[in-house]
Amino acid sequence: MYALLIAPFSDYEFMRRALAGIFALSIGAAPIGVLLMLRRMSLIGDAMAHAILPGAAIGFLFAGLSLFALAGGGLIAGFVIALGAGVLARLTQVKEDASLAAFFLISLALGVTIVSMRGTNVDLLHFLFGSALAVDDPTLLLIVSIASLSQIILALIWRPLVLECVDPGFLRSVSRAGGPAHIVFLALVVMNLVGGFLALGTLLAVGLMMLPAVTARFWARDISSMIVIACGCAAVSGYAGLLASYHANLPSGPAVILVAGVLYAVSVIVGPVGGLIWLRAPRRHLEA
Amino acid sequence: MLTRRMIAAAVFAFTIAAPALAQDKPPEKLKTVATFSILGDLVKNVGGDRVEVTTLVGPNGDAHVYSPTPADVQTISHARLVFINGLGLEGWMTRLVAAAGGNAATVTASTGVKTLRMEDENKPGHMITDPHAWQSVANAKIYVANIRDGLIKADPAGKSVYEANAKSYLAQLDDLQAEVKSAVAKIPAERRRIITTHDAFGYFGAAYGMAFISPEGVSTETEASAKDVAKIIDQIRKQKIPAVFMENISDSRLMQQIARETGAKIGGTLYSDALSKADGPAATYIDMMRNNIRQFGAALVG
Repeated sequence: MYALLIAPFSDYEFMRRALAGIFALSIGAAPIGVLLMLRRMSLIGDAMAHAILPGAAIGFLFAGLSLFALAGGGLIAGFVIALGAGVLARLTQVKEDASLAAFFLISLALGVTIVSMRGTNVDLLHFLFGSALAVDDPTLLLIVSIASLSQIILALIWRPLVLECVDPGFLRSVSRAGGPAHIVFLALVVMNLVGGFLALGTLLAVGLMMLPAVTARFWARDISSMIVIACGCAAVSGYAGLLASYHANLPSGPAVILVAGVLYAVSVIVGPVGGLIWLRAPRRHLEA
Repeated sequence: MLTRRMIAAAVFAFTIAAPALAQDKPPEKLKTVATFSILGDLVKNVGGDRVEVTTLVGPNGDAHVYSPTPADVQTISHARLVFINGLGLEGWMTRLVAAAGGNAATVTASTGVKTLRMEDENKPGHMITDPHAWQSVANAKIYVANIRDGLIKADPAGKSVYEANAKSYLAQLDDLQAEVKSAVAKIPAERRRIITTHDAFGYFGAAYGMAFISPEGVSTETEASAKDVAKIIDQIRKQKIPAVFMENISDSRLMQQIARETGAKIGGTLYSDALSKADGPAATYIDMMRNNIRQFGAALVG
């Protein structure tokens, strides 16, 4: 039992670091994933992975293959795109997802053009995206700081943000905090995503943000419980996924996401809140 | 009348003088294309001033995954000779030459080289021909001979120049060969083992007696599993492999983590598939080999 569950982590430092990185990401990204899901912005993760290319390309033009320049450039590009899309969605009649789609496609094309102009064919994004198995000290510090910062900021903008998910009309009638809260939230999303890409790679960053959140939907009715369940689900997926990668020789990132996927599939079927089994089971009519 | 005769005389005189003026222009250089920087350097050394070499995959570029641009198609259509490595390195080359048209002849530099097999990066367990034949200086000499013959065939007028250039460069390669052998001899036999990310040094290892261990499954395309990384760490610890080397075209954090955990030394940058920029340590083929053995020596001796 020990050999199966604990030994890989006690024997190898890279396994401990991978677990630490994934736990940090779970805490930081899961609440944001829940909110994204409730605001119907679930696909923003994939869009962002491509949209940061021009920022990374410009960073590359200035400073060559320096992780700092690429990450900084990517972060700025991410902010510009997410915030730009968000502001446009509020000002014009185009909806959030369409606005983002337009921005990220333009951004991706721009990025590829800039990279081609430079002449070399180094895959910038491949260089930029990290791997769970290669978490060094600066990377760990980055992702833990991002998680901590996210918690604090989220706590500050919590009430307008949640109310906007649920009843935006009412919020607009009592307060003007809806817009700014949304912008700050978008900035948090970009920060978590880019940090996640850098530290653990696209699949883990986006996957651990969204998949546990969607899973939590089947187990809870209120946001706070959903967030707690999402965090727990992400952490468990990380632990089990790393073990699967170690014992069954699977690639690490996909293994974690596959475990999360299995949890999701199970939840779809047996989850108490809207799971398939419960929908099919004959229910008693409410009686006075 | 006078004016017309004067003009006619001037034109006549100019026409006679024209060939003399034309002789001042130098003979046009032979336009050639080399697929990547190492090959380009060899062609430059053999062709000298008679050839103009354009390299498609420049310094620090990756010839395995290169995407040709329209400018490349133009270059090839104007060239007389195209030099390729062959052995499966440039999967994109056949279509490019076909698309470019023009009347360039193709010279495969690796003709006549005794090839080694390696494991296919994209299909583990499946063996393919290792294309990195230039890592052995003896093979580089075969490359030079093929280049020289190709140039002579395309430009017979320059035969003596090409033969002279090739002869002197081959002598330099002989010196290089001796240098490499003595550098490897300085490394204690049980320490002639390194780990490096890219499977590019098979020919070097076979020619000079060093073992290059590639972490299994860790390539530029596929993602590593925790078990693979654990196996490498175990292997380094058990076999006491002294050094881990990172390549100039892939992410280094994984290697750094492995080195940190095993206490192996992280070696300097090796150049395997591409030269460095002109101001870097591996700007020519000979510099590249010297840089690599210097890095091996620094990490493994003592």
